[in-house]
Amino acid sequence: MEDIKKLEEFQAKIDAEIKIEPKDWMPEDYRKHLQRQISQHAHSEVIGMQPEGNWISRAPSLRAKVVLLAKIQDEAGHGQYLYSAAETLGKSRDEYIEELQTEKAKYSSIFNYPTLTWADMGAVGWLVDGAAIVNQVSLQRTSYGPYSRAMVRICKEESFHQRQGYEIMAHMANGTPEQKAMAQDALNRFWWPSIMMFGPHDSDSPNTGNAVKWKIKRETNDELRQKFIDKTVQQAEVIGLTIPDPDLKWNEEKGHYDFGEMDWEEFWRVVKGNGPCNKQRLNHHKKAHQDGAWVREAALAYAAKQKEKQLVA
Amino acid sequence: MSNTDNQGDVWEVFIQSKPGLPHKHAGSIHATDKEMALQNARDTYTRRQEGTCLWVVPLNAIVSSMPEDNDSFFDPSDDKIYRHPTHYVMPDGAKHI
Repeated sequence: MEDIKKLEEFQAKIDAEIKIEPKDWMPEDYRKHLQRQISQHAHSEVIGMQPEGNWISRAPSLRAKVVLLAKIQDEAGHGQYLYSAAETLGKSRDEYIEELQTEKAKYSSIFNYPTLTWADMGAVGWLVDGAAIVNQVSLQRTSYGPYSRAMVRICKEESFHQRQGYEIMAHMANGTPEQKAMAQDALNRFWWPSIMMFGPHDSDSPNTGNAVKWKIKRETNDELRQKFIDKTVQQAEVIGLTIPDPDLKWNEEKGHYDFGEMDWEEFWRVVKGNGPCNKQRLNHHKKAHQDGAWVREAALAYAAKQKEKQLVA
Repeated sequence: MSNTDNQGDVWEVFIQSKPGLPHKHAGSIHATDKEMALQNARDTYTRRQEGTCLWVVPLNAIVSSMPEDNDSFFDPSDDKIYRHPTHYVMPDGAKHI
């Protein structure tokens, strides 16, 4: 009985656009949904550093290298903001990391694709960060306070990421025929995985119902995907690249682009761990974590020593 | 993961964006000592000159009121409308008050 009353009060707050804060009562499913979604988001930021890290030592100019380093540092920072928000839900950072490493938690499948050429740095910034921005702008209005605040901070920083990616693509598309071909190839490989970043169709998305009712998600997968496609088509045209979808066509009546069906078999194959780089990404994460163990050990020993000194003094 | 291999304690981070403004909560970081806490807070929350001063506070040093106590806790200020200037009736025509 108590819970039904609490649940009603909770829903009334959500309906009145009052944010939920860490110490407020919340349904267990709301807490679980957020733990899963925010940690998955955090893991994505952190794993997302790997495909880009691949190009730091091979960036074509000092400017490109400095920018790439700053961008990757931002991704690390975004991971921190999100873990920080996720921890307010009563689970520790260590638990979240363990869930990632034991494959109980997922991260965005897009990072299981390899980055084969420098143009891929362009495609990742333009398309992958572009898709992430559409999702994150929407999530700024999510009902959980700490998540919403993290999103506001991330959105402020993220637009440089997309612009630097688009700049690389524009630059290459205007270069030699080989460079232009490289840019087109990157677009060909990243287009479909990018639009699948929004997740399955609403009709096939088991988590949509409560997430929308509780305003964790403010827009559905299909709505966000449409927004991203509508924005991106013109950007491709401006730099003379072709989006690899023969069914892509402006629909005057709807005021949106129609587009072809995505390959959901591939999507689920990669989600389930059988994409081109799943194993590599996770192994690298574990290795980096293990390689850092001595740093954590030393830091704890130093802290213990400082405490001892204080006691003596 | 063992107790001796962890991310360190949680510290809450507060940033003053410029002199004259109050420090505002930004988020949290992990660290094992004060100096590391400040450095991690700087690297995490002020990569774009967001601040002129940083505070870091161990999470377990913060005492918070609890939402379920809000009704009784904040009750004492509920019935004291005379603390607001709008409570007072001013004579017609009086200016600048």
